[in-house]
Amino acid sequence: MMKVVEGSYAVAHAVMCCQPDVISAYPITPQTHIVENLSQLVADGELDSEFVTVDSEFSAMSALVGSCAAGARSYSSSTSQGLALMYEVLYNVSGLRMPIVMTVANRAMGAPLNIWNDQQDSVGARDCGWIQLYAENVQEAVDLTPQAYKIAEDPNILTPVMACMDGFVLTHVYEPVELLDKDAVQKFLPPFKPKYVLDPKNPMTIGAFADPSTYTEFRYLQFEAQERALKKIEDVAKEFKETFGRYYGGIIDTYQAEDAEIMIVTMGSVIGTIKDAIDEMRAEGIKVGLTKIRSYRPFPVQALRNALKDCSVIAVIEKDVSIGMEAGILNDLKSAFYNSKIRTPIIGFTAGLGGRDITIKDIRKIVEKARAAEKGIESEFEFLNLRKEII
Amino acid sequence: MLNVRERTLVEPGSTQATKTGAWRTFVPVVNQKKCIKCSLCEIYCPEGCVHQVEGEFVPDLDYCKGCGICAHECPRGAIEMVLEEK
Amino acid sequence: MQNLFTPGHRACAGCAMPTTIRLVLDAAGENTIVVSPTGCLEVTSTPYPESSWNVPWLHSLFENAASVASGVEVTLRRQCKDTNVICIGGDGSTFDIGIGSISGMFDRGHNIKYICYDNEAYMNTGVQRSGSTPFCVHTTTTPAGKESLGNPRPKKDMPAIAVAHNVPYVATASVAYPVDLRKKIKRSLEIPGPAYIQVNAPCITGWTFEAGSTIEIARLAVETGLWPLYEMVDGKLAGVKKIRALKPVEDYLKAQGRYKHLFKKSGGPDVLKAIQGIAQSNIEKYGLVD
Repeated sequence: MMKVVEGSYAVAHAVMCCQPDVISAYPITPQTHIVENLSQLVADGELDSEFVTVDSEFSAMSALVGSCAAGARSYSSSTSQGLALMYEVLYNVSGLRMPIVMTVANRAMGAPLNIWNDQQDSVGARDCGWIQLYAENVQEAVDLTPQAYKIAEDPNILTPVMACMDGFVLTHVYEPVELLDKDAVQKFLPPFKPKYVLDPKNPMTIGAFADPSTYTEFRYLQFEAQERALKKIEDVAKEFKETFGRYYGGIIDTYQAEDAEIMIVTMGSVIGTIKDAIDEMRAEGIKVGLTKIRSYRPFPVQALRNALKDCSVIAVIEKDVSIGMEAGILNDLKSAFYNSKIRTPIIGFTAGLGGRDITIKDIRKIVEKARAAEKGIESEFEFLNLRKEII
Repeated sequence: MLNVRERTLVEPGSTQATKTGAWRTFVPVVNQKKCIKCSLCEIYCPEGCVHQVEGEFVPDLDYCKGCGICAHECPRGAIEMVLEEK
Repeated sequence: MQNLFTPGHRACAGCAMPTTIRLVLDAAGENTIVVSPTGCLEVTSTPYPESSWNVPWLHSLFENAASVASGVEVTLRRQCKDTNVICIGGDGSTFDIGIGSISGMFDRGHNIKYICYDNEAYMNTGVQRSGSTPFCVHTTTTPAGKESLGNPRPKKDMPAIAVAHNVPYVATASVAYPVDLRKKIKRSLEIPGPAYIQVNAPCITGWTFEAGSTIEIARLAVETGLWPLYEMVDGKLAGVKKIRALKPVEDYLKAQGRYKHLFKKSGGPDVLKAIQGIAQSNIEKYGLVD
C-alpha cells in the first residue's frame, strides 16, 4: 500500500513487521524519529515489543547482547557519536555471533560536531565484524529491514547486520513508499529460534575468554561466515523480489553499466542523483554507468571485478575519508583489483562530508575528471568542491 | 580434541577438568575425632571441595589449593595444614 | 550446599570471591541466570574451553553487565519465565566504569539483583585504585611513597547511590557472615525490582595477609565498624548486624600489607585516627553498638 510517509516512519513500520521482541535504543539526531515512531507503535499496541529506554547507546547495544542471548529478536538504531560510543560492544556482538539488526542513520563524526549526513560512522566501523548493507532510497531502507534479519539469523551466518541509510536525506524525507505487509513479512521471515540460549534447563556459559591458543580460530569462524554471507545476501534479495516484487541488487547492482566507458562506483542515497546525472549524460552520448555497492561488508570482490572489467576508467565517490590514506571504498576497491588482471585507472573523490550537497553538476564534474584520467591520472584522490577560499 | 565453537560457548561445570590440587604446598589434615560437623569448612572453602563423605568432612585433594582457610576457621582446631611431601 | 560453582577455577588460593559466589548461588538456586562483567570472577571462572558455572552465565564487557542483564530480564519477562537474573561483578566495574549502566538499570526498575563482590581495588589488572578503595590504602596507582600515604580519597558510598535511585532493597554483607549473606540474597529475591548487595570479599593477593586468614580479615572489618552490615528497604534502615565485641581499627589494619605504611611513616598515626573516625561515624550512623 503506497503512502507518503517520512522515511523514519517507513523504517519503523518495517521494523514492526519484523516483530522484534526487544528494542533498545538511545535517541540521537537523525535517528530519533525512528525510535519515536517505534515507541508510539508499542504504546498504541500495534507492536508487541519490549522497548527499553536505555541510558546511552553503549547500554542500548549491551542490553541487546543480553536479550539476544536469552532468545529475543533484537533491534536497535543509532548513528555517528552513538555508533562510536557503542564501538566496543559492536565487536562484542559480532564476536558472540548475535544476530542483531541495527539501522544506522548515517551521520558525520565529530569533531567538529555535525549532525548531517555522511558515511564516516559506519565506514569507520567496517572492521567490527558486522555485515553492512547500504540503501539507496527509502523503499530500499524499508525492504532491507526484513532482509537484514533473514541474513543475520541464518544459523550458518549468525552475524549482526547494519542496515545503513543516509541520515536526514532518507530519514527525514517524505516520499511515496510501499509499506510492508506484516503477515507477508512474517511468512518471509521465520520466527527467531536460536540453538543456544540462556536457559537454566540447559545451562551454558556464553562469553568465556579465549587465550592465544584459540582466539584466532574464533575470528576465523566469523570470517568464514561473512564469506558465506556473500551468497546469502544475494539469495535473500532474490527471495524478497519473488515475494514482494522489488529488487535493489544483491551484493552489488548496476545502472547503465553494460557498455559504460566511465564507471562510477558508490553506495547510499547519492545514487539517486547519480542516476539522474547518468540519464542526462547518456542523452548526450556520454557512455557513463554506475556500479552500486550494496554490501560493503562483506566486500563483493568477485562481483566488482566482473562488473568493472570492461570499462576504461573508474571513479569512486564516497561520503567518508580515511585520514592518512584516502577513503574507505577507494582503498577497498583498489586492493580488490590489485591482484586481478584489471588495470583500469581508478580515481577517488570524497564528497558530501558533513551533509554537503552533491549535485548533478558535481557528478558531471567527476565524469569529466574521469575522462581526463583515462589518459593518465593526475590526481588519485581529491576532496570534491573543497572551499579553498575559506581555508 | 578441542573443537572451537561459535559464541565462545562452554559447557557448564567444565573447570572440573583442571585439577587445581597441583597448586598446593600445604595440605589440610582433618582430625575427625575433634570435628563437630559444624560444616564451616565446607561453607568457607573457596574451591567448594570440602564434602561430607560417609558423615565425615573431607577435602577433595584433586582441587584443594591448600589455602588454609578451613584450618584457620575450624572452631575446634580439627584441621592442620601440613607441608605436603610430593 | 549445591554445586552450582564448580572447583577447578583459577582463583588465587584463599580468595574470598569464590566462597561468596557459592553462597550467592546456593541462596538463589539453579533457576538463575548470572551476568558478569570482566574481572577476577569472569577470568578465573571461564577460561575457554572451561567454565565453573552450573547455571546459565553471560559475559559481555567490563562496564555493561547491568545493561546486558536488563536485556535478559525484559526477554524473560516477555517469555513469562520467573528465572532469577543476577549480576555478579567486582567493585571496579560496579563503582566506576559500569556505574552508568547500573544507574540506568536501577532507574528503569528491572527485576535484577546486583551483587558486588568488593575487594576494594582493580584486582584482576594488578591492584589499582578504584572508587571503592578506602582512605590511605596502598595500591599500585595510589602507592605509599616518600610523598604519599596512599589513596587520598574516601571510599565511594555505593549503597547510598543505590538508595538514591529508589532501589527497594539495598544491603551490605560479608563473606565472613555466610548465614547473613544467604539471608540477604534470599530477601532480595523476594522483593520485586532492582536490588544492590555489596559483599566484602578480602583479596589475599592485593591486600596481603597471612595465608588462611581471609575470613578472619573480613570478620575484623565488620567488628571494627569499618564494614557496617545493614539493610535498607525502600530507603529506610531495616536491619543492622550489631557488633558484639567492638575492636579498634588497628586490629584490622595491621593485619594487612596494604596498610602497613601507616604503621611506619610519620603521618601514619593521624591517618589511623581518621580511619578510627570513619569507624566511629559508621557506628553512630547505623547504630552498630548497643
